[in-house]
Amino acid sequence: MRDALALTGNPSSVHAEGRAARRVLEEAREAIARRFRALPRNVVFTSGATEANALALHALGAGRRVIASAVEHDSVLAAAPGAVLVPVDGQGVVDLDALTHALDAAGPALVCLMLANNETGVIQPVAEAVALCRRHGAWLHVDAVQAAGRMAVFLNALGADSLALSSHKLGGPTGAGALLFADEGGAPAPLIRGGGQERGWRAGTPALAAIAGFAAAAEAGGDAARLAPLRDGIERAAKEAGALVAGADAARIPNTACLVLPGLPAMAQVMALDLAGFAVSAGAACSSGKVSASHVLAAMGLGPDAGAAIRVSLPWNATDADADAFAAAYRDMVARMRRAVVLAR
Amino acid sequence: MRPNRPVYLDNQATTRCDPRVLAAMLPYFTEEYGNPHSVEHAMGLRAEAAVEAARAEVAALIGAAANEVVFTSGATESNNIAIKGAARHAARMGDPRKRIVTVATEHKCVLESVADLEAEGFEPVFLPVGADGLLDPGALRIALEVPTLLVSVMTVNNETGVIQDIPALAAIAKAAGALFHTDAAQAAGKIPLDAAGWRVDLLSLSGHKLYGPKGVGALYVRRRPRVRLAPLFSGGGQERGLRSGTLPAPLVVGLGEACRLARAEMADEAGRIAALRDRLLADLRARVPGVAINGSMERRIPGNLNLTFPTATALELMARAPDLCVSTGSACSSATVEPSYVLRAMGLPDERAARSLRIGIGRFTSPAEIDFAAAALAAAHAGAAAPA
Repeated sequence: MRDALALTGNPSSVHAEGRAARRVLEEAREAIARRFRALPRNVVFTSGATEANALALHALGAGRRVIASAVEHDSVLAAAPGAVLVPVDGQGVVDLDALTHALDAAGPALVCLMLANNETGVIQPVAEAVALCRRHGAWLHVDAVQAAGRMAVFLNALGADSLALSSHKLGGPTGAGALLFADEGGAPAPLIRGGGQERGWRAGTPALAAIAGFAAAAEAGGDAARLAPLRDGIERAAKEAGALVAGADAARIPNTACLVLPGLPAMAQVMALDLAGFAVSAGAACSSGKVSASHVLAAMGLGPDAGAAIRVSLPWNATDADADAFAAAYRDMVARMRRAVVLAR
Repeated sequence: MRPNRPVYLDNQATTRCDPRVLAAMLPYFTEEYGNPHSVEHAMGLRAEAAVEAARAEVAALIGAAANEVVFTSGATESNNIAIKGAARHAARMGDPRKRIVTVATEHKCVLESVADLEAEGFEPVFLPVGADGLLDPGALRIALEVPTLLVSVMTVNNETGVIQDIPALAAIAKAAGALFHTDAAQAAGKIPLDAAGWRVDLLSLSGHKLYGPKGVGALYVRRRPRVRLAPLFSGGGQERGLRSGTLPAPLVVGLGEACRLARAEMADEAGRIAALRDRLLADLRARVPGVAINGSMERRIPGNLNLTFPTATALELMARAPDLCVSTGSACSSATVEPSYVLRAMGLPDERAARSLRIGIGRFTSPAEIDFAAAALAAAHAGAAAPA
């Protein structure tokens, strides 16, 4: 990435400096294609996952009814304001019968189903959804932002029609993302036009350094599965302290825990843990400036407790000692806050 | 003194990221990796503070208030949001005006954004320019006799460096009740900008055209009176809902530092670059009699030359001077062999446009590189003319 930052050229220029920049861009494209099993020419670099999701809906959703799970990221829900929302069960897993009914009723459709949820880490049954979509002639877009780097994500194996990725959710820098098509086909349907970069799919000089970092992060991989026991330890401690783990019984990515402490406001929990040296969040970071209830927890029937949920996501380099220290800080926080609540009464 | 090769004279395509910008960015790529939207914890707050400091720097460079600056992925996205966003918002509000006026020499992303809107029922008008590359204010006045929603005129052209009279053109648009947008990607950091004083409503700029990183830009959106836009895409609602998506804190910090440096050094740098440009032009004129300048020399940023050579085509010159990074025009379309539509719009026949070269001198250009470039171009021209 440092090398890419130091490069002068514009990858669209044909002279030596431009060609050097172009090489960095195309090598990054090949690295992303290799890691996520797509063809390089079907990789479109974007400014991030929000844009990648919006581009997928713009390109694949035209003339189709959009069907989305109720727990999709805001960038998907906002891009399809008229979408049919398919409910999830108490564990946060999409209801496949409801999806079937929605497909039966929809006509030509585009289904949006995230691979792993950003607030709970719950993994959706994408393979089953693909089969349903095939049977109904529908397309499937998968938001794999939270899943990438934390579980196997192969576009060809998933069988989805498109896949959205974010660099900074898999250890790369912010400012880059990608939309991968199973088969780009057809004429480009860009959101941002003028310049013809990314084979017409996304105009604008690409964020070369961020993209190089994105590719390096994707290639570095790392063993996310080793985080599962750390996460489980934290969850055990949290449960002993009276917390509920959202989606505990569902398949989840190994680094994410959504801990609910009924009666203790999430904002106060986050601030207390921040003082103890731990950066966690009350729901998605995008909306964490606002104090609005999580649509994800509401869809899981945890609406009344949504204001008491915090999200703990372990970084790739977390250690056993980090997890233990967090568990201790969490117990401390709960004890102190419960005392404070009692005193206030 | 022999310069390092290749010699980069394509600073309108992109610029080298200033080492000071790089140094400002690096901590945000490594230890300061907080999400600027995670305002509940210390790391997020530090990233947010850095982003807001950068916003203030961008605002200071363009004569705006910090809360009028929206960060984007670059000028192409800024232009798309400004033009499509203004038109779509107006249509949603039931505004009956459909006319959108722009200029034939705008960047492709402006022309194509306007063309996209034609499919949505808007009426695009592409105004011509004179041989000097300048828009005639009278032509704008006539176009605005039909009630018009938006006027978009670039501050500085990316191929010729010609500077439009934005204060005068914005005043004409305002008098007709139209919104005024300017693509200032090639102007920011090169000439003083004053969004508030010029009364523009929307102004786009790009990081990598002013020695900042690629992948970040900004859009100025006037607050008073407030300009309303429909976003291009939505989601987390960042940037006041105008531009959703996690802000790339390191890139934003880099843009802020690039703007701070530009503001501090613009006056000195302009003088130095103009001297290099004049030296190159004088040398080339002596070595290649008959070389001609495209576009106004008076109203032009100091770093640009757009030259038509007497006999050799631009592609021949570039092939014969491989150590020189220059271009035939916009980088976006430089892989195509189409003659420049900008030069065509200025009245150059295709055959002359094909003999035209864009040279962009920048912050890191040395006198030795200028001398090398003059000699290399002259030799290439002589070589192309000689029978093989």
